[in-house]
Amino acid sequence: MSAVAAPRTWDEFLEGLWKQNPVFVMVLGMCPTLAVTVSAVNAVSMGLATAFVLVASCGLVSAMRRVVPKEVRIATYIVIIATFVTAVDYAIQAISLALYDALGAFIQLIVVNCIILGRAEAHASKSPPVAAMVNAAGMGAGFTLGLVLLGAVREILGSGALFGIALFGANFQPWVVMLLPPGGFFVLGTWLLAFAAWARRRERREGASHA
Amino acid sequence: MSESPPAPSAPAPAPMRDLVLTLGLVAAVCGLIIVGAYQLTLDAVTANRRIALERSVFKVIPAANSLAEFLALPGGGVAPAGAGQAPAGAVRFFAAYDAQGRLAGIAAEGAAKGYADTVRILFGYQPGCQCITGIGVVSLRETPGIGDKIVTDKAFIANFTALDARLNAELSALAHEIRTVKHGTKASPWQVDAISGATITSRAVGKAVNDAAQSLLPKLAPHLEKVSTKP
Amino acid sequence: MHESAFQIFVGALLANNFVLAMFLGLCPFLGVSNRLETAFPMGVATTFVMLVASLCAFGLNLLLTAFHLEFLRLIAYIVIIASAVQLVEMVLKKHSPALFRALGIYLPLITTNCAVLGVALFQTAREYDFAQSVVFALGGGGGFTLALVLMASVRERLQLSDVPSVAQGTALALMLAGILSLSFMGFAGLGG
Repeated sequence: MSAVAAPRTWDEFLEGLWKQNPVFVMVLGMCPTLAVTVSAVNAVSMGLATAFVLVASCGLVSAMRRVVPKEVRIATYIVIIATFVTAVDYAIQAISLALYDALGAFIQLIVVNCIILGRAEAHASKSPPVAAMVNAAGMGAGFTLGLVLLGAVREILGSGALFGIALFGANFQPWVVMLLPPGGFFVLGTWLLAFAAWARRRERREGASHA
Repeated sequence: MSESPPAPSAPAPAPMRDLVLTLGLVAAVCGLIIVGAYQLTLDAVTANRRIALERSVFKVIPAANSLAEFLALPGGGVAPAGAGQAPAGAVRFFAAYDAQGRLAGIAAEGAAKGYADTVRILFGYQPGCQCITGIGVVSLRETPGIGDKIVTDKAFIANFTALDARLNAELSALAHEIRTVKHGTKASPWQVDAISGATITSRAVGKAVNDAAQSLLPKLAPHLEKVSTKP
Repeated sequence: MHESAFQIFVGALLANNFVLAMFLGLCPFLGVSNRLETAFPMGVATTFVMLVASLCAFGLNLLLTAFHLEFLRLIAYIVIIASAVQLVEMVLKKHSPALFRALGIYLPLITTNCAVLGVALFQTAREYDFAQSVVFALGGGGGFTLALVLMASVRERLQLSDVPSVAQGTALALMLAGILSLSFMGFAGLGG
């Protein structure tokens, strides 16, 4: 039994991480993606916070899946998600007030991140806890990856640094718009473009090998 | 939508008792988690806030060694700030004391809308010269490289080393409103010279200081001796 | 803070547009904005929910602070919003079934619209009073609708243009949003 289950759990993890990456493939949870990715550190923190809420919520939803009546399930999921978001909110305040200030209202806005409710409804409510949490962890990792890719580019172009470490000399002219809202839209659009082009090329190569 | 086995009739809706029990269970579990998280982090969060506050007050009042929090009450009078809600209209401020327990300065927060979001500053006030002697930024979300120059621009910071905040004869308001003026046109000690190219954020700082001073200083002036020595 | 109602309204509508400057409400912005005739009703429905959410959040906040239950704020807000959306759904279904069908799945999705919860959270953080909160919600909703309508108009016309297929869809919408956001930056400082 376990010999079959182990590869399957790893597959579930990978699926959330890459093939169904919430940022670049499913294009969900856009609001925090664009708002907090002005630096790689913020991106990682937000990604981890969301991942924690994802895993914890999916775990609890899955544990209670046989008990929650169908009629009130969405309301119940929302309350569960809001609970863990409140917990994360206090945790971040306890860890670093500077980080809390940087992430701002978007910590509490994790509760309306479509990814979490979507996963809870589509997956966690139908799977045993471990499988649900692994899948959630994959999604969380994929989300963090997406945020970091976005945050890294914006930080490099907009501040000339990565994770706070200056990369270029003092003469670097920061491309300030990258740190502002328009920059967020442009960089994400460019990443999606890159992903689409890469997916197209892979399809063509696979099609050519079958021909 | 989940697949249900083909049945001649729809499954009966869950009885009300089950609904209530389940929701009660969910509420109980969630309540436990929230309260647990709150209690676990309360000490760390309070400590963090106190450290951040002390750091910013000591930055605007360098001679400070300790501080005490007070409320300037709307009807007149000054009271030590308790842990509960401040009465409506009360203005919170900090009295900083030096190593000998004498008043080293007063610090208070001000806020005004900047370019992107609220700009929150802390200013230090010396009753002796009736002037503002320094500002520090509490929270800033302005354009990086432009608005955040208020932290780095030495000429702008110099505006606040002796900013006139005298009260008028009736002690009802500032004698001269603190205003931000265009870069290079500062003519009086109660004006703030804006940063060229960062007018909106500069104006926000000026407005924040003015609004806070206007609401605090008239209330505080008649009762200054109450906070002159460390409680 | 001493912001006037006019400043808050114009700020939320233009200079600090919820979608283009504060990144709230992006999922429906990217999802519903390809047709003008669904974009406008969506904006209006969202504005209505934002108003209701703002009023309820104001009242709830007073209640929670009075009982020192601030840690329940987030749950209380989101439950109120979910209920408000249910209410709007029921009202629409009864009085305008065609519109109800046209909006489809996007109506219940207003619950997960960051803009609605954002209104409640921001007005609490900025300690707005009752009048300021109402004006903030109206301005924010108006700004959301404005951005949605602008986006829909442009995207409808772009459907007839020769865009490389690699860029079509969300990538193009994001580039458009970037340009719109850039132009809205010109409103900075409007309203004082």
